[in-house]
Amino acid sequence: MSYNKPLPRLDTLNKPFWSAAKEGKLLLQHCPACGDTRFPPGPVCPKCLAGDQDWVESSGKGTLESWIDMHRAYWDGFKDDLPYRVCLVRLEEGPVMVSNLVDKTENLRMGAPVKVVFDAVTEDVTLPKFTLA
Amino acid sequence: MFDVNELKDKIAVIGVGNTKYGNFPETDDYGLAAQAFRNAVNDCGIDKNQIDGMLVSRIPYYARMGEVLGINPRWTVTLPGHGRMSGMGIIEAASAIASGLCNYAVLLYANIGLSRRVNYGGDESPGTWDPWGFTSPGAAHAMAFRRHMEMYGTTTRQLAEVSVAIRYHACLNPDAVMRNPITIEDHESARFITAPLRLLDYCLINDGAVCLILTSKERAKDFKKPPVMISGFGGQDTYSQSSIANFDMDFWYPAISAAGNQAYQMAGVTHKDVNALMCYDNFSPTVLFSLEGLGFCGQGESGSYVEDGALALGGRLPVNTDGGHLSNSYMQGWALNVEAVRQLRGECGARQIPDCEVVQYVQSTPCTRSIIYTRG
Repeated sequence: MSYNKPLPRLDTLNKPFWSAAKEGKLLLQHCPACGDTRFPPGPVCPKCLAGDQDWVESSGKGTLESWIDMHRAYWDGFKDDLPYRVCLVRLEEGPVMVSNLVDKTENLRMGAPVKVVFDAVTEDVTLPKFTLA
Repeated sequence: MFDVNELKDKIAVIGVGNTKYGNFPETDDYGLAAQAFRNAVNDCGIDKNQIDGMLVSRIPYYARMGEVLGINPRWTVTLPGHGRMSGMGIIEAASAIASGLCNYAVLLYANIGLSRRVNYGGDESPGTWDPWGFTSPGAAHAMAFRRHMEMYGTTTRQLAEVSVAIRYHACLNPDAVMRNPITIEDHESARFITAPLRLLDYCLINDGAVCLILTSKERAKDFKKPPVMISGFGGQDTYSQSSIANFDMDFWYPAISAAGNQAYQMAGVTHKDVNALMCYDNFSPTVLFSLEGLGFCGQGESGSYVEDGALALGGRLPVNTDGGHLSNSYMQGWALNVEAVRQLRGECGARQIPDCEVVQYVQSTPCTRSIIYTRG
């Protein structure tokens, strides 16, 4: 069956992130001028406005900041997954990401350590997700 | 050079109007806005040709709106359909009048979300996190409320107090959409939408329109009803992490606090003087965040503050006496500002707050705004 969940809209800014994810790497946009690190990427550094931004690899480790269980499918592709779990993770490097927590347990606490896992959902797209560390 | 505090009590709301709220596929944004406009014009008795300023939100095309209403203002502003635009629009219009850009400003808002089945999520509002299934403002508020539960021990039964009190008000409002009372148990047994949030934590999407007419204090004396003064306002935006839409790690606490303090300082009042709070209740947790940011209780203490019906008429702080977004309609803050005016005029019948003198509006969103209204 073909994958029928929304896929990332690739553009020149975010393409390196998605290419790296395919290779099992979690990248964060980084400012060589001031060291600011972020996701999603932007055209300039929001701290110092430098234009040339590069990428650094995240350790993939972070902490659980929050989580919810989606009981409504806004896309048909999620219907069979209901309820599915979305999490908010603060990476060791600072940036906060939304992702999926693959664990089904009800025994969750804010601040729990998590680490990235990679889910190759299509031939072209691999989604970074998280699991309890 | 310019001190915004000088605008205290200089601008008045002279006319308010709204449509019924419901499913009206036979009309559209312009038709609904025209009804609300006619009601506001009749409310204050203004000659519509006096109106020389127009601000529209969630109206497709300002010029068509002017054509429909037969007005040609010298000041026009269009704001997008985001809910947070109501507080922003009222402050913009007040500033335009104060600076002489117009004398009589009409503010128009229309929503056709029910008849056109607007979902506020999925492909209608594409975002960075769609591949992970994270979408809709409700999901963002659920994410925030889960943090509040974890950080402060707030419970969903406490959250239920918000929905229950506001529903009680809707039951006192003959024009409200949801008029069956609910209990904490009803809230707790409603179906999950984005756990920990349930159906009764969500606002009601309807068709409808709202209109306000503003002018200067001096000109306000010429109309049918006593003017309601804009005594203070304040604002603070929070755009960092905007890719996580409708979410803030700190529950907008710094922004609400800043906007609230500006408004209190300008009006020369404190939260203790506020007889009623009109609080942007797109989702019930927003009310908790607002109470903390404005200083009605300490940070993290809103759960216990709202217990035992504190937000209901007769309680320590009546909130959203018209039924708000949760039990009347999601008119994106506009109808709450109209309710503030009606309370200060003493027009609210069974839901009237006795001796109502100070009403505060607050929208705790990426564009946080607060407005303090008083009797003229």
